[in-house]
Formats: sequence, structure tokens, C-alpha cells
Amino acid sequence: MAVVARSRRTKEALLAYGLLLPVVAVGAVFAYYPLVRIVQYALFQKYSNSDQQDFVGVRGIWEVLSSHAFLDGVWITVKFMLYTVPAGLVLGVLLATVANRRLRGIKIFQTVFSSTIASSVAVSSVVFLTLVNKQAGFFRNVGWLDLDTPAGAMRGVALSSIWQNIGLTFIIVLAGLQAIPDEINEAATLDGYRPIRRFFKVSMPLISPTLLFLAVILVVSALQAYAQIEILTRGGPQQSTETLLFKITQLQGKTDLQTGASMALGLFVLTVLVSAGQYLLLSRRVHYAD
Amino acid sequence: MPTDTSDPGLVGAAPGLRSRAWRPRRRAAPELEPGASRHRGLANAGWYLLLTVLAVIVLFPVYMTFIRSISGGAAALFQKKPSLLPVATDWGAFADAFTKGDLGIPILQSLFVTALIVVAQTITSTMAAYAFAFLEFPFKRTLFAVVIGTLLLPIEVTLLANVSTMYDLHLISVHPTYLGTLTALVVPFLATALGVFLLRQGFLGIPKDLLDAARLDGYRDTAFLWRIAVPLTRPVMGSFLVISFLSAYNQYVWPRFVVKRDEYQTIQIALRGFITDNPNQINWGLAAALIASVPILLLLLVFQRQLVRGLTAGAVK
Repeated sequence: MAVVARSRRTKEALLAYGLLLPVVAVGAVFAYYPLVRIVQYALFQKYSNSDQQDFVGVRGIWEVLSSHAFLDGVWITVKFMLYTVPAGLVLGVLLATVANRRLRGIKIFQTVFSSTIASSVAVSSVVFLTLVNKQAGFFRNVGWLDLDTPAGAMRGVALSSIWQNIGLTFIIVLAGLQAIPDEINEAATLDGYRPIRRFFKVSMPLISPTLLFLAVILVVSALQAYAQIEILTRGGPQQSTETLLFKITQLQGKTDLQTGASMALGLFVLTVLVSAGQYLLLSRRVHYAD
Repeated sequence: MPTDTSDPGLVGAAPGLRSRAWRPRRRAAPELEPGASRHRGLANAGWYLLLTVLAVIVLFPVYMTFIRSISGGAAALFQKKPSLLPVATDWGAFADAFTKGDLGIPILQSLFVTALIVVAQTITSTMAAYAFAFLEFPFKRTLFAVVIGTLLLPIEVTLLANVSTMYDLHLISVHPTYLGTLTALVVPFLATALGVFLLRQGFLGIPKDLLDAARLDGYRDTAFLWRIAVPLTRPVMGSFLVISFLSAYNQYVWPRFVVKRDEYQTIQIALRGFITDNPNQINWGLAAALIASVPILLLLLVFQRQLVRGLTAGAVK
């Protein structure tokens, strides 16, 4: 009997490993192995005309991470976040609050507000590039959005991203608002809460976990922003829109990958920090209904 | 024979009782104050006005893209003032996008790559999720952590090394082949931790007793998976399919760095070329952008519920 049980358990384990093989293999080859490889690239300085490479170690990595180029990339990435994340949250809350009511035809408005999800980052960037085009764009006379100036370029890249994100932010906030039981709002109304006070004292605290989730999505998508920068500004003018990821891609295909790999490690650390922050905040439970 | 069967609660009741008075009232509460209804109407008009203004703002870029795409090529360039209406209307751009821009090829390429990724991810995620949800084996928690840990290593972070791997495997080279490019586009996305996580959550909703009962009835694991587990988690499966399609079709960074021949380009990358290579023919570049969005727009309209559920997985407790 014991033998049968043991062989059954072995069979179950073998089946499990077989089922996990594809996922683990893809993860090993395209997530973990490249991490090892990036660390390896970052530790060695190669020379273009020979196979020789020098060990530069952690000091070499540190030199890159404390360089102006890297810090500029981080600062521009942070600036891009400051432009896109709060605006995304505010727009999502605004649109979802307005569209979360029982009105005839409200579904049409909800579909319209969700619709920007149909446009990819590439499509929205192409759309904005044409809107601000110097010769024919609708906003050609709006100096505020002049992509040839550093400030205008950042605004243009941010605005295109904010617009593209509207659908996603709207859908997520609306789902959060709809998860609030009607009784809670009714009780608040009976207690004499007027709509605005009810919004800040009841709805907002109840959807705070949703907003945190959304903020993390927006921060991560800012960390990974690429298409809008390549299409709208190519990082310019004067590298004013070169975010960290964009800088790394510019170093792609060079013989010496030490700088790019060190920066990629920096980007990895930032990604981990954001996720850790999300985990810590979520485990403290911003505010849950029960 | 009752003529109105829409209300099943009343079917079979004596015809004489089916008078209007017996129906529940449609309008909820009786008006308490005489002015309340007009007040309500005004408030609603206000909400409609606000909703309309917001809708116009949200749709403005799409509207202008459409207007510009049907404005004749060079003519629109010489307008002194930006126009809200088409200039020298010419619908030809939508045909030009296919004839001059060869739009069909990158769209088909994108749809093909997307289909391969969606099918592969669904299979691999279902397999792994089944193991994590229903089977017991050594190192289960460690392996789960290993799989979820890949979420911290998106393709953007590991781009440099992954592109090198593609060169090492000769999937990309100076003379790329179609098969090599296709493999490079698909292979890193054959599995995804997100899918494993979502489907595992779905499977965990199935009581373990059901598995035990099925085993006693002689079901093998594959039969249990296909006949019981998958049908019971159809909503989660649907959400994952939609999310998987959306992210595969909209990919930009990875195709940008592994496709080395224009003919093999996916639509998202091709769009950039349409605009930057033909600044005087922006109209068909924009028509292409609108056409490229059609698959996702259809997805949004047809599978709205699945899409919303997929996007908000984890957002609402």
C-alpha cells in the first residue's frame, strides 16, 4: 500500500514538472539567463579591436550609475512619471466618477471613454506627431507643444501617453467605483453627506487600493516608455526626452556593452523597488471595505 | 394563450389578474416634492452636457486623425489656419495605405505573430496553472516564486542580453530569414507568468473535493482539466485571452530590435515608417494608423466584459 502511494506521489510530481517545463524554460532563457548575462557585461570592459576584456567589477558599475548620463536618464524618467502618473489618476477618477451613474445611454459614453485602449502607444504617438506637425498639424501654432524645445517635447510625449492611458485608467477606476455597494452611498446620503463630501469621504477612501494599483501600472509603464519617445522626439532635443530605457536602447549593438548593461541593472533595481513598494503598501492595505 | 410572456413570474396566472395594477412600478419612488422631477431633469441635462464635453475632448485626436486622413495629400499643407473640417476631401488614402504602403503585409504579420503567442500562452499557462492549483510536488513554492519572479524582468529590462541571445541563436543576423525573424518575435512570449497567475487564481476557485471525486470516478488529470477545470474557469480564460491578444498585438520594443528587414515588420513598427518616410503623404499614414487599430477596437466592442475583467484583475480586491 505504501509503495502504491509513493509511486502515485512520484507520478504526480513528474506530471507537475512536465506541466511546468515550458513556463520555467521560457523564464530561465528569457528572464533569468539575460539577467546573469547583463551582470556579466556590466562587470567587464571590452575593447572593439580585440577579444581582450578587463574586469572592472562593481566599481565599473558604480562609475556608470553615478555618471551624469545615467542620472540624467533617471531624472528624465522621473519627470516623465510626474507628468503622466498624477494626470492619469486625476483623469481616470474624473471620467469614471462622471460616467458612474444611471443615465440612459451611459454605456455609449463609457465605451467612448474606454476607447483609447484601442490605440497602441505607436498609434497614439503617430496621431500626436501629426497634430503637432509644423506644417499641417492642428496644433502647429501652439508654442506650448513645440517638439523642438525641450519643455515642449516633454509635454508632447507626456500628453500623448496620458491620452493613450485614458481608456485603461477609466476602466480600472470605474470598476473600483462600481464595486462600492449601493448601500454605502445611500447610508452616507441619509447621514446628510452631500455629493462632494461623499466623494472625498466615502468613495475615495474605498477606491484607494484601486488607485494604488493604477498608480503602480502607470509608474511601470513610464519606466518602460519607449515608442512615444522614439516616434515623437527620438530623445531630443538635446537629449531632453531620453529616459533611462531610451538611453539603454541607444547603446544597443555597441561592442562595449558595459555602460548599457550597468544602466540596465539600474533599471532593474528601479523596477524591483517599485514592485516592492507596491507589495509593502498593499500588504498594509491602504483601506479595504471590510 | 397569454400574449405577454416576458415576465415569467406572471405566466400561468389567471388572465384577469394580469392587469397593470399588478405589475411592479417601473419608476422607483413616488415623487415627494412637486419640483423634484424638474430638478432631476435639469441635473440630468447637466450630466449629459458634461459627459458630451468630455467625450468630445477624448475623441478629438481620433477625429482630427480621421479628418486629416481624408484631406487630400499636399492641399492640406498649404492651409493657413488649422481646419476642423476636411480640406480637398479624398477618401483614397484608405486604399493608398494598402496599395502604396503595403499595409496588408505588416497587419497580417502582426495578426499571425499575435495568434501564435496567444495560443502558446494559453496552453503553457493552463498547464502550469493546473500544476500549481491541483498537484502536490516538492519545491512547489520555490517554483512558483521562480515563475512569478519573471514579472520583475520584463523584456525592456533584459533587452540588451536578449538581443544578444537572438544573435547567438542565429535568429537574427545580417541576412535575416523569415522563419528566424518569426521565431525571434514569438519565442520569448511562449509563456507568461501573468497567465499562470490569473489561471491559477481561477483554478483555485474550484473545490479540491471535485478533483478527488473526479479521480474516484476514474478521471485522469487530462480529462479533469479539459472536461471540468477549463469549462468552470471560462470567464478567467476569456479575460486572459483578451489581455494576451492586446499586449501581443501592441508590442513595440521587442519587434523594433529583432526585426531587421522591413518586409518582416509588424504593424506597430511599420506605422512609424509610414509617417516619417512620407511626410507629404501623412493622409495614408494616418489611414493606416486607423486601420491598424481596428482589431483592438473590435476586441473592445465584442469582448468588453472580458477585457474589463482582465485589466482589473487584482485592482478590485
